Amino acid sequence: MKKYDIYGINGPVITIKGPTELKMMEMVHVGEDNLVGEIIAVSDEKTTVQVYEETTGLKPGDKVEGTGSPMNVLLGPGILDNIYDGIERPLKAIEAESGAFISRGSQVSALDDKKKWSVTLKVKKGDKLKGGEIYATLPETQIIEHRLMVPPALSGEITDVKPDGEYTIFDTVAVLTDEYGVEHNLTLCQMWPIRTSRPIEDRLSTSVPLITGQRVIDTMFPIAKGGAAAIPGGFGTGKTMTQHQLAKWCDADIIVYVGCGERGNEMSQVLEEFSELIDPKSGRPMTDRTVLIANTSNMPVAAREASIYTGITLAEYYRDMGYDVAIMADSTSRWAEALREISGRLEEMPAEEGFPAYLPSRLAEFYERAGRVKTLSHDSGSVTIIGAVSPQGSDFSEPVTQNTKRFTRCFWALDKSLAYARHYPAINWMNSYSEYFNDIDPWFEENIGEDFVEYRNRISALLQEESSLMEIVKLIGSDVLPDDQKLVIETAKVIRVGFLQQNAFHADDTFVPLEKQKNMMKVILHLYDRSKEIVAKEIPISKLLALGLFDKLNKMKYDIPNSKPEMFDEYIKEIDEQTDRIL
Amino acid sequence: MLIDYVGVKEINGSLIVIDGVKGVSNEEIVDIRLDNGKVRQGRVVQIEGERIVVQVFEGTRDISLVNTRTRLTGHPMEQALSPEIVGRVLDGAGRPIDGLGDIFPEKKMNINGTPINPVSRIYPRNYINTGISTIDTLMTLIRGQKLPIFSGSGMKHNDLAVQIVRQAKISGATEDNFCVVFAAMGVQKDVAEYFRKSFENSGVLSHVVMLLNLSSDPIIERTLTPRCALTIAEYLAFEHDMHVLVIMTDMTSYAEALREFSSSKGEIPGRKGYPGYLYSDLASLYERAGMIKGSEGSVTQIPILTMPNDDITHPIPDLTGYITEGQITLDRNLQGQGIYPPVSVLPSLSRLMKDGIGEGFTRSDHQALANQLFASYARVIDARSLASVIGEEELSPIDKKYIEFGRLFESRFVNQGFENRDITESLDLGWELLSTLPRAELDRVDDELLDKYYKD
Repeated sequence: MKKYDIYGINGPVITIKGPTELKMMEMVHVGEDNLVGEIIAVSDEKTTVQVYEETTGLKPGDKVEGTGSPMNVLLGPGILDNIYDGIERPLKAIEAESGAFISRGSQVSALDDKKKWSVTLKVKKGDKLKGGEIYATLPETQIIEHRLMVPPALSGEITDVKPDGEYTIFDTVAVLTDEYGVEHNLTLCQMWPIRTSRPIEDRLSTSVPLITGQRVIDTMFPIAKGGAAAIPGGFGTGKTMTQHQLAKWCDADIIVYVGCGERGNEMSQVLEEFSELIDPKSGRPMTDRTVLIANTSNMPVAAREASIYTGITLAEYYRDMGYDVAIMADSTSRWAEALREISGRLEEMPAEEGFPAYLPSRLAEFYERAGRVKTLSHDSGSVTIIGAVSPQGSDFSEPVTQNTKRFTRCFWALDKSLAYARHYPAINWMNSYSEYFNDIDPWFEENIGEDFVEYRNRISALLQEESSLMEIVKLIGSDVLPDDQKLVIETAKVIRVGFLQQNAFHADDTFVPLEKQKNMMKVILHLYDRSKEIVAKEIPISKLLALGLFDKLNKMKYDIPNSKPEMFDEYIKEIDEQTDRIL
Repeated sequence: MLIDYVGVKEINGSLIVIDGVKGVSNEEIVDIRLDNGKVRQGRVVQIEGERIVVQVFEGTRDISLVNTRTRLTGHPMEQALSPEIVGRVLDGAGRPIDGLGDIFPEKKMNINGTPINPVSRIYPRNYINTGISTIDTLMTLIRGQKLPIFSGSGMKHNDLAVQIVRQAKISGATEDNFCVVFAAMGVQKDVAEYFRKSFENSGVLSHVVMLLNLSSDPIIERTLTPRCALTIAEYLAFEHDMHVLVIMTDMTSYAEALREFSSSKGEIPGRKGYPGYLYSDLASLYERAGMIKGSEGSVTQIPILTMPNDDITHPIPDLTGYITEGQITLDRNLQGQGIYPPVSVLPSLSRLMKDGIGEGFTRSDHQALANQLFASYARVIDARSLASVIGEEELSPIDKKYIEFGRLFESRFVNQGFENRDITESLDLGWELLSTLPRAELDRVDDELLDKYYKD
């Protein structure tokens, strides 16, 4: 490859003078340390490179060498249970190489090239294969089978097959001859450019919910598998905590967790917690089905920009094998800020708040990569994106939040005052929304029961009513309200404290099955209906409150274990007995 | 071969432009010799072929187009380090000013540091007992954490910082392996003197490294001060296994220095004129806290920042809050009522708290008690805002109870003065105050704990 001289250096942006043969978005190596960079602007006067590593010490005249291909990631077995930086460099291997502090220009391969995998071939000589079809499988971890797919651009006939056995990632296990007679070696890995979405056969409707075990999400604002959701919230409102809970408990097969410009200590917590957390379904640690991408806030800004794309590309790769993948991006605002920072260095004309004018289109491109699809291997798989947004000054009208809102159909707005009162998850039920109801309600009705949707609608109507009553209470106090309105307020309080609020540190409450969620709503609404009868008979509400039933329901999330749904019947019986006595 | 480049091409704010420079590397340090014999230092911030832009730390006063000779030093900004640095007083660029001579360096390190590999970090979980009820109970400081104090001009953040230093008990720390790195950026001389005296009075002065960039000192040097301080802290913690508490005050002055530098460089401004990279820049400081595998030491940061106009949504506190692991917020109203420390409980938070408290660290009821205190105090604020409309007399009996609880909480729990309270004392006091509320109101605590601690 031809080499060029560095001319100018400005932070992470370097320029080469004069015309070059380098392509837009081509990956390059810079300087003696072989720093990784990418071409971001080309003209006949100069070529601009953004460098993914610290540029201290680079000199004019140092060499820039093209690689001929765009920013790629290596896809193959060994991705799971690994932790990468923003451009898929394995942090554990870097630690072994350079110690606790990350040195520059590390050339460690993304996947372990020494490890042998026990491969089972699924094809025989003479088979005709198209791009994306599976030619072999291997157990990547104890619970995830890794399926090796023909690179999407290739198709042809299998002309040679190795026997089943132990192979490393670069060993050839089969040979595919295309229609022009060119032979392609099929190994255990392939490359893919991170900024291009992987091809699919067809898009499927998003008709299955992603079950998270979090009541406020599953019941009030559910998300579909293949959907996209945004979690905006100022600092301290629990974005990261919510992301962790979703990663731990949602029913996706594979979790990709992208720590994009976040805290180092938080990443070490994720690492620790995920390896200790045993998946109840498989009895194996979470890490067996998780890949972490950690580009902390003090790691180079250009790699932070790339980390989101690296994450989604890994997610798409597992989707293509037929898995349901969920990707958590924490936080997309840091990514947008990286865009802004680089755009500033390029002296581009800024749009709103200094962000580049192409911010909305970049966000759209990213969220568009979510979806439930029919894969090229004729299976179905999905990528669900859950992006945290950190609005500047907790102001939801800023550009990143506003533009994200346009491209996601689920909006879980975190609220400062709820967080201050330590009401977690601090998802505000008035500002949040989900547009997936129509798509997934049939699923709920079929699998959980028709009443589930009905209860949810009643619960949210009560919350709505409470909110307008609170306007009055704030002005004149609650004493003046008539008893039926007081009852609404008391019931809404139970819904808030007993139902919406959920304790992530409580063994039972951290994940709640849909069945229990439904029963909890049922009991609360039952109490409300019975109380309405009492109030209608003009019996003072104080008498009703003295029964302690409302307080009892506040604590039912702890008192009724997830494994004992029959206890709800006892609650209903008790409510009937107690209220009958008053009546 | 050492070449002197005579004269400069352009002077703009703290930046000078020199032409025809060969063999320069990015971020390299240069020596600038003036006609009158004075030497200043600068750093290469931009290179365009043979034309370089240099940021002069001491400012460009007295520099003309012809009166300088500039020489490349061949290395980036480095801090001289040795274990003997503990107890010394340095200027804002890490050079001794206490008249005790130069530091004989054991090694020199680039002040920009390198990022800690996330997999090499140890997740912090040992709490630091500060002896302050609000902090210990509700926003516990953890060894290896970065927990800033959000304050405002004229508030008692300095007293609080000093009190924390005096009372802090770090697990694993002894006389010999505990030290404080104190970085002053743009503070007044008497504030620096106050810190020095307080350290002296509490007998820790010999364990303090002071870096002073006072408000009269060169502004651009201010952008180096926290970097030198953290380089010293990392060196002491990770190479000499010490527990280091870093106090940086005032981060607002630092950010303003950065803004000044950025605007003279002609960069496109972001919010309120601060550069677009303010987040990354602050992160490159705050993230230099923590513990790493293979070392006994730790770096704990307590940055202090004064919120302009007490506005927590201002870019500096806002971005800081997104990077640090929580914050201690001070409140002017509380201070006005004579409450010390004036910690505003609700917007304060410690993110690492949940794993560093409870059984084995503090006491098993700690988390539940903290949640309940937060929840109940939030109710107090609601009741107060209602009372401000309809008058306290008209409140419902339960709201009146909350108002009373709020009063007690502020006057007894928050307001503790300079007393040193041990954690059990603070927790018990919390329960005592909660017991003034009806038991049914305490919905964040389970019955078992209520049976044990709730007093009728």
